[in-house]
Amino acid sequence: MAQGPELRQQIKEMMIEELMLDFELSEIEDQTPIFGAEGLGLDSVDALQLVVAIEKTFGLKIADAEKAKDVLQSVETIAKEIESNGGVS
Amino acid sequence: MRSILITGGNGGLGLGIGRFFLERFPDDRVWLGVRSNRGKAEALVAEFEGRCKVVDLEVTSKEAWEKAVSTIIDSDGQIDVLVNNAGAHQDSLLAMMTDEAWSSVVSSNLDSVFLGCRAVIRPMMARKFGRIINIASLSAVLPPLGQTNYAAAKAGVVALSQTLAKEVARAGITVNSILPGYIETEALSHMDPDAAKRAKMGIPMRRFGRPEEVAAAVGFLACQDASYVTGSALKIDGGIF
Repeated sequence: MAQGPELRQQIKEMMIEELMLDFELSEIEDQTPIFGAEGLGLDSVDALQLVVAIEKTFGLKIADAEKAKDVLQSVETIAKEIESNGGVS
Repeated sequence: MRSILITGGNGGLGLGIGRFFLERFPDDRVWLGVRSNRGKAEALVAEFEGRCKVVDLEVTSKEAWEKAVSTIIDSDGQIDVLVNNAGAHQDSLLAMMTDEAWSSVVSSNLDSVFLGCRAVIRPMMARKFGRIINIASLSAVLPPLGQTNYAAAKAGVVALSQTLAKEVARAGITVNSILPGYIETEALSHMDPDAAKRAKMGIPMRRFGRPEEVAAAVGFLACQDASYVTGSALKIDGGIF
């Protein structure tokens, strides 16, 4: 079951792949904000894709917009949510 | 194998589009969404046994959409193409239009497209592939007298398609609308012969279109080669503008 650094690495790889981001893995820190100019600069369209990709890849269903706002802040917050739901196998 | 859902599957245009896919692409599976009338759809199912099916679909019902999409995914494992073709019109001058005529036409032409797109969008996003083709109408851009409800709804379909195209562009999904002019379907067969003659005089090609001529455009927009075409509104009208 992937947890810790391995899980965070998987999340970054998924984001680059699914969202077609022109970033190197090393450019995304665990704490880098996902949205806004200070961070990766993703938008609401990316957020929807991220929700679908997280469910497909990690089996974590993010049911509503409020929950998405909480979870999709950084790689770290996504990882913690996955870990608190049992991680991924 | 592609799995294709066509609403309004018992009507002339829906059947024409279904037949196009079935005849041209032997690997395609076609689902005809129908409400109460299904005789013609059942005939196509019998003709293409195993590749064409009927699915119950009241297009203005969220629950019906969820059930139909679930049925298709349970059977085929995927839904690749959605053709929102169902629609209806109740023409009258606005001053005489009933509340019911307004709301039912907007519901059957526009709400249905919203519900259909929403029902398929997540499964398509998960696969990073999808083709949505919404059948609007020439009335969306050249509205005739007596169609405030229908023209407004169809213009809404074009705007919805263009907006959604932007929202899902990076997810491998294209969304386009088609604006047919006069097409030889059952609805047009009820036209008064003199009115039909006058209508043809207003068409540069001097003839009505055939369902298969609309179907060919749907077929193109549904194919892999149309991967960079999204948010477009294609008129198929013999040159009217």
